[in-house]
Amino acid sequence: MSLDLRVPMGLMFLIVGAILSLYGAVTHGSAIYDRSAGMDINLIWGLAMLVFGTTMFIFGRRADKHPPAPPVEGTSRPMGHGH
Amino acid sequence: MNLTYIDWLIMLLYFVFVLGIGFALKRFMKTSKDFFLAGRALPAWICGLAFISANLGAQEVIGMGASGAKYGIVTSQFYWIGAIPAMAFVGVFMMPFYYGSKARSVPEFLRLRFDEKTRAWNACTFAVMTVFSSGISMYAMARLIQTLHIFDGLFRDLGLPLDWIFHFAIILSAVIVLCYIFLGGLTSAIYNEVLQFFLIVAGFVPLVWVGLKNIGGWHGLRAALPRSYLHSWHGMSNPHTNPLGVDWFGLVAGLGFVLSFGYWCTDFLVIQTAMAANSEESARRVPLIAAIPKMFFPFLVILPGLIAIATPVVTRNVMHQVAPVGLSASSAGNAEYLNAGKGLIPPKVDPVTGKIMLDSHGQPVLDYDLAIPNMLLHYFPTGILGLGLTALLASFMSGMAGNVTAFNTVWTYDLYQSYLHKGDRDEHYLKVGRWTTVVGILISMGTAYVVLGFNNIMDTLQLVFSIVNAPLFATFLLGMFWKRTTGNAAFTGLVSGTLAAVLHHGLTLPANDHVGIHGGWIHVVHYYPSAMALNFWQAIFAFSVNFALTVLISLFTKPRPEGELVGLVYSLTPKPVEHHMAWYARPSVIAIILLTMLVGLNFIFR
Repeated sequence: MSLDLRVPMGLMFLIVGAILSLYGAVTHGSAIYDRSAGMDINLIWGLAMLVFGTTMFIFGRRADKHPPAPPVEGTSRPMGHGH
Repeated sequence: MNLTYIDWLIMLLYFVFVLGIGFALKRFMKTSKDFFLAGRALPAWICGLAFISANLGAQEVIGMGASGAKYGIVTSQFYWIGAIPAMAFVGVFMMPFYYGSKARSVPEFLRLRFDEKTRAWNACTFAVMTVFSSGISMYAMARLIQTLHIFDGLFRDLGLPLDWIFHFAIILSAVIVLCYIFLGGLTSAIYNEVLQFFLIVAGFVPLVWVGLKNIGGWHGLRAALPRSYLHSWHGMSNPHTNPLGVDWFGLVAGLGFVLSFGYWCTDFLVIQTAMAANSEESARRVPLIAAIPKMFFPFLVILPGLIAIATPVVTRNVMHQVAPVGLSASSAGNAEYLNAGKGLIPPKVDPVTGKIMLDSHGQPVLDYDLAIPNMLLHYFPTGILGLGLTALLASFMSGMAGNVTAFNTVWTYDLYQSYLHKGDRDEHYLKVGRWTTVVGILISMGTAYVVLGFNNIMDTLQLVFSIVNAPLFATFLLGMFWKRTTGNAAFTGLVSGTLAAVLHHGLTLPANDHVGIHGGWIHVVHYYPSAMALNFWQAIFAFSVNFALTVLISLFTKPRPEGELVGLVYSLTPKPVEHHMAWYARPSVIAIILLTMLVGLNFIFR
């Protein structure tokens, strides 16, 4: 399969993370953070997702460029002939 | 619920990516193997995360949070004893036969090992159960969307009647799941399960973090809860001294052995993800990789239930049941209503009278299913709230999708190709598989509406699932590890085990329940302390009947020649080669580490 999941998934988390942290930065100090124990959870968690998404995306792109060797087949054994 | 554009944007992005992945995969779907088995080309970590996500539907997430709020940390045993040993066993011992036999599905393995009738029985019961499960998932999702008023604002803005929200939710989920499976088959389903895994982690880690911080950390949690909530073995010596109503033997044998091994080692819904791995070596690692996050998931899905109970009673930001006609949401906010609740868990309200429902002791009945949704609404500001809701939506959809792909494969390979239309070209079966997706989703939608119309249909279906699944593991265990087991014995044992479960259900009843759907419809000869105890003992009973009969009949019937059973039975199959792997990467070593960690967790929360 030549679509590495890490590319679209990384991209999604990257975008969501960017949106959340931007929104968190704009609304920093707003009353909406009373409910999240006073933390600007949008900014904090948005940045965490941004880092995660970027890492996934980079690793996925790198793997796409250098396809790995096919994995070693653990065992190959004869099957019964009676089916 | 006050959702803003930012929450909508995040949900929309998820839908765009889900469909995008489907379209991107379309060009790789050339043969039926690509469509049904993901080309057997996926890496172990992807299949491993899909392996647990397939089981982590939103009903599961909501249900685990609810049980956490109701029973406490003992709920984790469904993730610990009820999963880890079975996952280690399937990875170390059983996967070489599933993957190595080149069977394309679990029923097909039963044909290779036993005979046509055993396969036909398993394929038929499994196919029926999966489409119904997917329908139940669809129904639950539509109900949750209605309860949380997610689309209310949108519908009001568009001037549409609010009654249409249920239909809209059903159609929306059906269309999206249909599109991505029709385009990308099992690969699409697996990729979306992995996406869901990360979304659940991304949505629930901050929930637990903020929740714990608010109530004063772990110490605050301990101070706010009854002592037994944080101990999983408290009072387990007697079924009457613990909230589950089972003793340690029923828990270990019923949940930890029969039900758990029956599910994780034989259910094609989860096994299909391991069979999609790119080598036998990867396939064996799939359940072992899955076991690691599985072990720690209680801290993400059960802990919020405990935090919901420990959070001081509040009025704002929490949702209550669907407001019945004539009772506005605000009138439910009166003092009586608030005092009846516990933490973030509101009491149940009778939809007809608008009064709080009371149990036989005069205590209010609590609506534990709202534990997780109310946690999200109470602790999350707009923005991250969209992420939390997206995680819930994702788990509903991927729960449905896993069922639909399993149904596709079993229907096309085990029923259509085997009995209805043999020997056509591969393209034909690929086409049939694609259109089976459409049929499967239509049946699911039908089921969702039937469940909507008849309340106890859902209980009935879940009862049927538990009866059919109860005896299964004995058949696989004997088939793989005893070469003498014969096809006739396996079939008779399996059918008798199922009948034994039916009989057991008709003869026993949980205390405090009425005769009927909960048991005792033949004649009550025994009362169990709880419904859970009945379920566990029913599984133990069905398993034992199947096991004993299969052994007995095998001894009187003619076994297959040993040459035919190579690759299907443990003692006749060369052991998988492991010497090229580093010692820490060997399945048996990983399994021992997993079991040690399991013992450690149980010791900490003893």
